[in-house]
Formats: sequence, structure tokens, C-alpha cells
Amino acid sequence: MNSVIPTPIARQPWSMLFPLIALVGFGAMVLFSAAGGSWEPYATSHVVRFLLFLVMASVMTLFRREFVRFAAYPVYGIILVLLMAVEAMGFVGGGSQRWLNLGIIHLQPSEFMKPAIVLVLAKFYSELPPGMITSWRALVPAAGLIAMPMGLVLLQPDLGTALAIGFGGATVMFLAGLPLRWFLTAGAAAVVIAPLAYFFGLHDYQQRRVTTFLDPESDPLGAGYHITQSKIAIGSGGLFGKGFNEGSQSHLNYLPEPHTDFVFATMAEEWGLLGGFAVILIYGLIMRWGLSVARKSHDRFGTLLASGMVATMFFYVAINLMMVMGLAPVVGIPLPFMSHGGSSMMTNMICIGTLMMVNRWNNRAPRSRLS
Amino acid sequence: MFRRKPLFRKASQVQITSATLENTYDRRSFVVAGFGASIGLLLAGRMSYLAIAENEKYATEAESNRVNLSLIPPRRGWIVDRSGAPLASNRADFRVDVIPERMSRPEQQMAVLQEVLNLDQAAMADLRERIGRTRGFRPVEVASGLSYEQFAALSVRLPNLPGVVPQRGYSRYYPTGPSVGHLIGYVGPASAEEYEKDRNPLLITPGYKIGKDGLEKQFEQRLRGVPGARRVEVTASGRIVRDLETREDIQGKPVKLTIDGPLQDYAARRIGPESGSVVVMDCRTGDVLCMASMPSFDPNSFSDGIGRVEYAMLRDDERVPLRNKVLKGLYPPGSTVKPMVSMALLREGVDPEETVYCGGGLRVGNRVFHCWQRRGHGQVNMAKGIYQSCDVYFYHLAQRIGMDPIAAMARRCGMGQEFDLPVLSQFYGTVPDPAWKLEKYGTKWQAYDTVNATIGQGYMLANPLQLAVMASRLASGRHVEPHLLFGESDGEFPPADFAPEHVALVRQAMSDVINGPGTAGRARLPIEDVLMAGKTGTAQVVSLSVSDGTSGPWKYRDHGLFIFFAPYDNPRYAGAVVIEHGGGSSSAYPIARDVMTFLFDPRKGMDALHALEKQWGGNAQERLAARYAAYAAQAGEAVAPAPRRDEEIFARVDAEARAAAMIPVTEATDAAINRSDVAE
Repeated sequence: MNSVIPTPIARQPWSMLFPLIALVGFGAMVLFSAAGGSWEPYATSHVVRFLLFLVMASVMTLFRREFVRFAAYPVYGIILVLLMAVEAMGFVGGGSQRWLNLGIIHLQPSEFMKPAIVLVLAKFYSELPPGMITSWRALVPAAGLIAMPMGLVLLQPDLGTALAIGFGGATVMFLAGLPLRWFLTAGAAAVVIAPLAYFFGLHDYQQRRVTTFLDPESDPLGAGYHITQSKIAIGSGGLFGKGFNEGSQSHLNYLPEPHTDFVFATMAEEWGLLGGFAVILIYGLIMRWGLSVARKSHDRFGTLLASGMVATMFFYVAINLMMVMGLAPVVGIPLPFMSHGGSSMMTNMICIGTLMMVNRWNNRAPRSRLS
Repeated sequence: MFRRKPLFRKASQVQITSATLENTYDRRSFVVAGFGASIGLLLAGRMSYLAIAENEKYATEAESNRVNLSLIPPRRGWIVDRSGAPLASNRADFRVDVIPERMSRPEQQMAVLQEVLNLDQAAMADLRERIGRTRGFRPVEVASGLSYEQFAALSVRLPNLPGVVPQRGYSRYYPTGPSVGHLIGYVGPASAEEYEKDRNPLLITPGYKIGKDGLEKQFEQRLRGVPGARRVEVTASGRIVRDLETREDIQGKPVKLTIDGPLQDYAARRIGPESGSVVVMDCRTGDVLCMASMPSFDPNSFSDGIGRVEYAMLRDDERVPLRNKVLKGLYPPGSTVKPMVSMALLREGVDPEETVYCGGGLRVGNRVFHCWQRRGHGQVNMAKGIYQSCDVYFYHLAQRIGMDPIAAMARRCGMGQEFDLPVLSQFYGTVPDPAWKLEKYGTKWQAYDTVNATIGQGYMLANPLQLAVMASRLASGRHVEPHLLFGESDGEFPPADFAPEHVALVRQAMSDVINGPGTAGRARLPIEDVLMAGKTGTAQVVSLSVSDGTSGPWKYRDHGLFIFFAPYDNPRYAGAVVIEHGGGSSSAYPIARDVMTFLFDPRKGMDALHALEKQWGGNAQERLAARYAAYAAQAGEAVAPAPRRDEEIFARVDAEARAAAMIPVTEATDAAINRSDVAE
């Protein structure tokens, strides 16, 4: 390390933080434009939130491994109870509800569940004797841990979050070493069940999102409007874009949700293909760093925890980008670090914080084979 | 991935340690990373495809999102009279359209519109129906001709009324209203069928109207003009951000008619409560100075969209206000053919001084044909035959020369002729002759057919324009053709092959009808040095046993006809007046007198008209409005809607017109026979 830079600063994972800060800054610029060339109401709060949650992430790095392992089940349990509370309140209040009103803030327990599911599964598999990994005891409790929150979130109904929880959990199970044929079987089962779920499990509006995704031009002014306008925004940007603050699709309100779900389209219209490549590359850098943290971890808990967090973030990015480019149905998943919105920033910063925490554990103790 | 096989085996057989799990993790995290990277590449590829391969397509779409090109409907060309005064012009106007698809709460919004614009229930029903049958994105006109206050009141509420579009535009204006209804026609929004025929985007521009009838339809292309365009930047909700560029419209070319606007208006108003038509022509140039047909409709209210109440009123009227009687009214010409028959007699060598004794009737075959003057005219020569309208004189001499020379002369005078005029349709009637009867009815021409035809009854039918042309040709001795477009005629018509002394004789006799010992002394012009010549005619509609022709039910009364020209010694103007069921020629010639008076001395003419209009209760427009109000009050809202297709409005009437025109033929034929069969 360079002696000019103080050790505590030099110790920080700059290979991730630099791209991340650049991305958030870039996101702020896009939000500045999406607000019609104004810092208010999006860009300022975006930056402020990032800084706040960065502090939170720094605090998280101080947690000790033993503490985190100890807290895994209680945290999961509390969030599960909160999910049930939301469901119960929605039932009492009539209509669907996704948050608990705590006076100052609206707490959305399903957001916390995304990292929590990774945490609890990492804990579960790290304690499972290696010999049992092929037995039903490796599968059934974990499946239960995933199914309970997924079911509750689906009841809200929030398909996007439920899928995010499922994806995070499944990735941890896969990396934990469960027999491959289980995944293949599950995949095959999904192929069979998907049509059934589509017809009997999805709400009308969710069904429409899927049909619209399959053929957006069928209803360009109705449900397909979002996808069509997003593609127009991205496609019309060309190689270099229309220039900062020059996007007609977002400025003239053709693009729906230009500051949240479709922020990438807003960006691509003004910054073109180059801006898009830059954003995808930055996400790649952050994920790669996350995976390297996982690989360098000394124990199975840290490994699974870190890679699960990467998977959760990856799910956000991949689904959102596929959605705005017309490769996935509109599911209402924001783009991490660019979309305006506290919940997604919080969840993703919890993931980042966890990765930084594992990174710190890695740096403190030499790599060992002990679990 | 390539070591999948061992993985399977290990999973089932080999004792698993944390080391093998770590191994598995390494492999699988590689797979996961590969999966993530491939998704990343997929996204990059997809984005490149959108932004490069399809860039042009999407750039165009973004541009067409951003820029809204709206057509500025061209101002319609004026239709002007011979002195350049507008018969149809444009008036700046405030209008409101709705775009049904963009209305978020249609019912509430309609209620607001009804309140602000003061629409009655019938208008609302019409509006709902129009909205129902238009495709959602097409604008529907709610109301036009709004006051500025209404327009402002609506503009204030616009934020709560998505889909409601107030506009400033032009609407068609016909200053003399019903007077020109049949002649000019009216305008209205293009129907789906018209758009199918002419796929001009202009036709579906809100508020744009095309000619629907009469000259408006005939000269549609010339009057249309070139639309302007306005390019504006709009938001997704349609709010205009800024103007990009504007190209002004080019107004349509005017159409200048030979019509004398004031005369047309005067004639239409002078017809008054009667049902009939007046045609006046310049018999030197063939210019049609006036072709009025009443009762009529107000093209101003038609152009705003025909209301159901108004349409029902016009449709139910037995005087068929939707029919242009000048071109589509066919009548037995009655005694107005006598000057023409006289020309035929002269041409066949009959001595005009030869006398026929009229004792009040003449036996033809086994029937007695009576003269209208039952007491008889005594000794009658040709001049007296004309000015006293002696039927026996013509019964007698027509039998001598036969029908063929008379039919030929009738055709030479323009009867049975379809004129080359820019009108949508004209009914041209019948000039009967033996060949025609044989073909049509398969029976031989009889002497009594000739007798009927010489007094303009029986099979003979003509429209008022033909009668006016006949008057022109008799007056000028030239083959005058009528014209409607100003400057089209050079006034060079070939002579009609009449001997000048024959023309002079008939002129003198026709002058004596009015100025001498004739049948229409009251038609004398109240002007010192202008003497009018004319010929009266009375056409029976039903037999005398049904009605005496002058009283009783309106539709059984005789038609009154009159042809005329003036001044008699140097004819300049000629024309015809036909009053349906007027009860005889005395209903027709006073109108001709006043119209001609107006032509020579407008002040005198107006005085006569004002006195009459005071009796009738207002001018044509005022009376029409009063009738509408009474009808609407009586009918209420339980009136069937107006037909959807504009063609149907007049198609109905056309069919009725033809039927109506045919029924009197047979009845009048019988009448002429019966009249003579009445036992003495």
C-alpha cells in the first residue's frame, strides 16, 4: 500500500467503490435530466440516500462473523412476522398493502427479505454436515425457508419481489452443492407448472403484462405502451445518444416512469449505446468484485452469503434491463443505484454492505479450510 | 460444466466432505458467473441491436411521438353571385370537439359540456350517437358557432376535461339562408363512405366539412383549397410545448355564378307560404339569374349538423322542402304551352287570322272537350287563342297538324331537354308523341291525346327551368341554353329557326295576355315603360269530381303556372313561375310581376314584398325558425334521429319526388278527359 494514503482508507475495497460511486453519480445526472433539468425532486435525494446508506453499509462491516451467524434466524423470523403483519393489516384494511406505516417511514418488509433469505440459507447450509447435502434434509427445510416469504409476498401480490427472493434462495442452494438433478427436475417442473400458474395463479394485470411482453405491438397505446416507448427511447438514442438533457421521450412524458423502472431507457436515450455499455460494464465490475469476495472467503458461511448477495443484485439488474429492452415482461423491478427510490437503494446497499463485511472478515483472518 | 458426469456420481456414491463441497462451489460459481456474463452480453447485444440496427426506425418513431403535425383546414372558396357578393362565405367561429378515446370519465364530462354549452336533450342524444359510431380516436364535433363567453368558460375547465378540444376555425355561412338552400346545397363532415372514396387525410380532420349537396358538392374540388400544416412539439398527453413551424392554408378558389343574389333572395321570399319555384333568365346570354325553390331548408343549420327534430320537420312536410323544385319538380305545363303550340301551327302554315268558333267545347271522337270558358269565346283567331287562352282553338287546329310537329316544336323550345348545368341531377319530364306512347304503353296515339297535349295536360310534363328556357327561346327566337357559371356564356346562340314574323306575332299576343284583353291583366308591371309579356297556365291535379281545383285540400288544388319575358318588344329577361297546388295561375303571375318589378325597380318590388311579409309573419328565415320552434315544442325529443348517411336525406326525397311526379300524370290525364266528359 502507498504510504501516503492512511491505512483505513487504503483498506477500503476501492475496486468496487469507485465504479459504484461513478454509477450513482451517473444515475444522479440521469435523474437530473428526468426531472426536466433539475436537482429536485429526484437527483438530490438520490445522492443523499446513497450517502446515508453508504454510512449504514460501513457500520455493517463492523459486525463480527459470530454475531451475524447468531442473528441469521432471529432476523429472518422477525421479517417473516412483519410480512405476516403486513398481510394481516391488508386483510383488515381491505385491499393489498406492502408496507407498515411506522409513522416516520413506510417499512416494506419484503425488501428486507431479499438479503435475509440469503443470510438464513447461508447459515443453514454452513451448519449442515457435508454428508447430508444430498439428502432430503438439505432440501426440505431450505425449501420451506424460501417458500414461506415467497408465498406471503405473492399474496400481497408482488411477483417481482417474490421472484427476487426465489432467485436469491435458489442460487444459494445451487452454490451450496445440492445435487444438480434436483435443479434439473425443478426446472422441468417449472416448465410444466408455468402455464398453469399463468392461468390460475396470476392476477389479471399480471397476465396482461405477460401477454403484452410477448407481443407489445398488439396494443401500442394500452398495456404495451411501456415496452414500446422504452424501446423507442433506447433505439432512438443511437450510438452516442441525443445529448444530456435532450431526451424527448423522457422530457415529453412518452416514457412512463422515466426516473424509476425505466431509468435505463432515459439514460440510453441521452447517452446512447456507449452510456449503456458503460453502465453494464460497471455492474459487471461490481458483481465480479462480489464474486471474488465470495471466493476469497474463509468459510462456507461467508462464501454463500457473499455470492447470494451478488445473485440478489444481479437479479435486479438483469430483470430490469431485460424489461426495458423488451426481453422480459414489465414486472416493476427498479435498476439498482440508478433508479430513484429508497427501498431498492436500501436493499442493494444492504447487499453491498454485506459484501464489504465479508470482505473485511477475509482481510482480518487468513484463509483457512475450517468452517 | 464439462465435469457434470462425475458430479452426479459423486453426489450419490462418494462420501462428501467440505472439501468436495468447496470444489463444487468453485465449479458452480464459475457456471453462475458465466451465466451472469452471458446475460450481460445478451443485454449488450440486444441494446446494440436496438440502438444501431433499428436506430432509424426508433428515431423516426421518437420524432413522430414528439412532433405532432396537424392540418390546418383550408378556408373554403366562396360562392359568389354575378356581382361578386357572397352566397356562401366563411365565418370565424369557435368550436368544440371531443376525442372519445381520451375522455377519462365520459359521462361526467358530457354533463359538464351540456351545462356549459347549453345543449338540450335532443342534441345530447345526437352527440352520443355520433360518438357511438365513430372510432375512438376520431374527433367528434360537439358544437360550433359558440359565443366567446361559452368558449372561454370551457377553456377554463379544460384541465378537468381530457379529450375535449376547443378550436378556432371557420364555419360556412350562407347570408340568405333558405333562399339559396337548394341551389347552393350545404356542407358537412365527410362520411365514412366519402373517406373510402377519397382517402385524403383532410377529410377526417376535425371540423373539416365537404360539400354535401348542390353546387357545394358539385364544385367540391375547386372550393376545397390547400390545407396548411402546423408542426408542434407535444407531450404524451397532447399538451403543446412549442410551435415548430406553420404553413398557412391556401383558400379554395371562388365559384362565380350567374345568379343575381338579391333577386334570388327576393324571389324565394316572394313565394311566401306557397310551395313553388321561380326561374329568371337573361334571355340574351342564357345566364340563370335566379332559381328559387321554396319551401327550403336553412343550409346554415344543415352545415352545423342536421338535428333530428329539424330533419323530422323537413321530412314530414307535405311541401317537400328537401326537393329542389326547379330541377326536380315536374308539372303538367298547362296552357303555358299555347304560345309554343302556336309556333308549331304557324310553322305548319296555319294562317294566324283563321278563326275557329268556340262555343265552350269541342267533340272529339265520342267525348266532348271543354274550353275553360264554358260560355265560349265566339270567333277566335290565333292571337285571341293565346291571350284568352281559348282551349277549343287549339283543340281544333292541333288535330289538323297532328302531334308530331307540336312535339318537335316542344323539344325545340327546350321541353324534355336535360341542360348542361353543374347540378347533381335534373328531372327532364316528358314530351309525348305517337312513337313515345307506343313504346311506353303499347297503345296507339289517339286524337284526344293530341287534344290533351295542346293544352299542356295529359302526358306532358316539364320542370320550371324548362318552362323558363321555353319562354327565353320564344322571346329571343334563339336557341338559348341556360348557364350557371358566370362568364361561361358569350351570348352567341344559334337562331331557333323561327320566322321573325311568327316570333313578333306570338310576342304581341303574349303581351296582350297582360297588357291587352288577356287572362292576366293583374300581372301588368307597375312601371311605365316596361311591358311584360306572359302566358298563364293552370294544371289540374285531380279530376273535377274530386276537387274544383281552387279550394278544398291543398294537395288537390290546381298548379298555377306562368311564363313571361320583358320587355315584350325587346326581350331581355324571361322566366317561369310554378306554384304547386296554388289553385290556378292567379297564384303564379303576381309573383312573376313582383319579381320582375324588383328587377327593374328594386324599391317598388321591396315595398310590395314587405307588405306581404307583414301578413305572413316575417321573411322566409324567420318563418322557418318559428315553425321549427313550434314543431320542436310539439314533437319534443321523441323524434327519430336523422339518417346517418347524407345521401339518404335526399335519396328519400328523390324517390318520393319521382313517385309524386308520376301520380299526377295519370290523374291529370284522367282529369283532362273527365273534365270534358262532364255531362252538360
